[in-house]
Amino acid sequence: MFNNSLYLRVLLMLFIGSMHAQTFAKTIIVAPNTKVNSLKIAIALASNGDTILVKKGTYASHNTIVNKQVTIIGEGMPVLDAQFKEEVLTIKADHVKLDGFVIQNSKVGDLRDYAGIRIFQARNTTISNNQLKNNFFGIYISDSHQVKIINNTLTGTAQERKAGNGIQGWKSDSIEVARNHVSGHRDGIYFEFVQHSKVYQNVSENNLRYGLHFMFSNDNSFINNKFTTNQAGIAVMYSKRIKMLHNQFNENWGSSIYGLLLKEILDSHIEGNIFYKNTSAIFMESCNRNKIIKNSFLNNGWAIRILSNCEDNQFSINNFKGNSFDVTTNGELLENKFSNNYWDKYEGYDLNKDGKGDVPYRPISLYAQIIERVPQSVILMRSFIVNLLDKVERSIPSITPLSVKDDSPQMKPWKILSK
Amino acid sequence: MFKIAKYISLDIIKSKVIIAYTLLLAAICVSIFMADEDVTKGLVSITTVMLIIVPLVSVVYATTYYFNASEFTELLVSQPISRKNILMGKYLGISAAILGAFLLGVGVPVLLFALSVTGLTLILTGSLLTLCFISLAFLSSVLMRDKAKGIGLALMMWFYCSIIFDGLVLVFLFAFSDYPLEKVLIAITAFNPIDLARILILLQLDIAALMGYTGALYQQFFGSGIGIAFTLIMLMVWFLLPLWASLRIFKKKDL
Repeated sequence: MFNNSLYLRVLLMLFIGSMHAQTFAKTIIVAPNTKVNSLKIAIALASNGDTILVKKGTYASHNTIVNKQVTIIGEGMPVLDAQFKEEVLTIKADHVKLDGFVIQNSKVGDLRDYAGIRIFQARNTTISNNQLKNNFFGIYISDSHQVKIINNTLTGTAQERKAGNGIQGWKSDSIEVARNHVSGHRDGIYFEFVQHSKVYQNVSENNLRYGLHFMFSNDNSFINNKFTTNQAGIAVMYSKRIKMLHNQFNENWGSSIYGLLLKEILDSHIEGNIFYKNTSAIFMESCNRNKIIKNSFLNNGWAIRILSNCEDNQFSINNFKGNSFDVTTNGELLENKFSNNYWDKYEGYDLNKDGKGDVPYRPISLYAQIIERVPQSVILMRSFIVNLLDKVERSIPSITPLSVKDDSPQMKPWKILSK
Repeated sequence: MFKIAKYISLDIIKSKVIIAYTLLLAAICVSIFMADEDVTKGLVSITTVMLIIVPLVSVVYATTYYFNASEFTELLVSQPISRKNILMGKYLGISAAILGAFLLGVGVPVLLFALSVTGLTLILTGSLLTLCFISLAFLSSVLMRDKAKGIGLALMMWFYCSIIFDGLVLVFLFAFSDYPLEKVLIAITAFNPIDLARILILLQLDIAALMGYTGALYQQFFGSGIGIAFTLIMLMVWFLLPLWASLRIFKKKDL
């Protein structure tokens, strides 16, 4: 009897509790010079499902921990400032939404990665419309699922020793990163062990290292992003089944800087991208079974540098225009197919008027091979003798690898819609 | 001196060869610019053509003209005019005419279609190249008494600068590829005016490729103010030194 009544009472309490949470979800208002004058107090007062409305103002936030399922909305871009003492925010609960804040001045650390917003072991988190300024790391997602990072602006410190990554994902799944703008960080977007994620319509520019960098991250797609003037370009490694569609890789210049560096990328699809004015547009090492189609390579130093440990890659329907060198390699290229590309250096003819040249095009020039062997000979570029040697080699190939050729080069450039 | 220069320039301008040269250059430039909307690519093509044609025409035409007017020179020498004035007058006259042709043929189209730092560099280096090769033509003319030999020597100079030299550099690069050659190569380029001109323009055009790890040092040197000054000064040396040498020889030469 006694047991039974306790049971009932507990049940009743639970029922009332859940009723309370659902029907009486309250809104807590945070404003300066009131009782609730910080986000921390508001979270302590809140219960799951509540909304916290933060009024305009500047609030100190030394690693405020969000451990309840709340929606936090900033009104008039309130500022959360860690004053270089700690992280700004850590989200540990599921179903948290954070919208409309300026989040700034996280601590810089050598041992710990202090972040503007840290998302740790959370699900269904949405971070939208925030401005992150002057943080060491911007948004750090670890061990989380279904996280959405939408329409934020991240500006790093732009100082080499004080810059962490803009948006970092670690050991996470199904992340969506969309319409963000990242600059002045170390890596604009960095993923490690991140699966099934989508990165689209972001701009990552003027970062201190890579605009985009990922490792061991399979089945992700990168669509309609723009990567411009990052100090080391883009580097993606050790991943499978990646989709990179309609991105722009612009003006990544300098020694060992690559528009897109691919290392051990397998079974991936690179389509419809524009590579403009990079030192090396694509550099491939140990990459197998990739499809590189419908891309435009414009005014790059090297359009494609592919090492001979790459196999079964397909290069089709691409445009190669105004590149100093179209393709170079360090040995024989086996089983890599070039077909139906447009090469502006092609000098063949098309007698049957089917739009395809009647003689194959060999994209690797003799001079490109010479440079590969003796890099200093770049000083002879565009000299008469080099042109002469190239012409001779084109008609009687002897040094350049015979296997690399496009049997159906296009006479006219493909009309590839930019964006 | 200026009177002689004026007379010679007017004489050359009337000749069909120089008109043909102007028209050829203009036709090449305009057709390249018309054919491709990409101005930079056009400039690349013009550079390639210019680096071959301009030195060739300058050196051959100047030598030929010098020998064809040898009787006129003898006449002038019999007058109370110093030999220095005679030779300088000739140099000024011939170079003014050929330079004018170059500026009309290449300068005007480039200014019209591709007014940029690159375009201006192209015009400047082209002009300096013209002057260099006219100097070299004078040197070969005063060295040789016979017209055929003179033209032969002039052609050899052109051949050396545009093909043989680069071929030797390539062989040298392969032979010593294990050594850090960048600095040596920078010094070596100074021995060929065409290379100097090419690199100066190249740095404006193919920066992306040159910026690779291979070209970093070249970019650092030739791209810097000192490097550009070095290139221009070396080009000036290439036009003043042969001129000075030919002046010395001409002064003592038994005509």
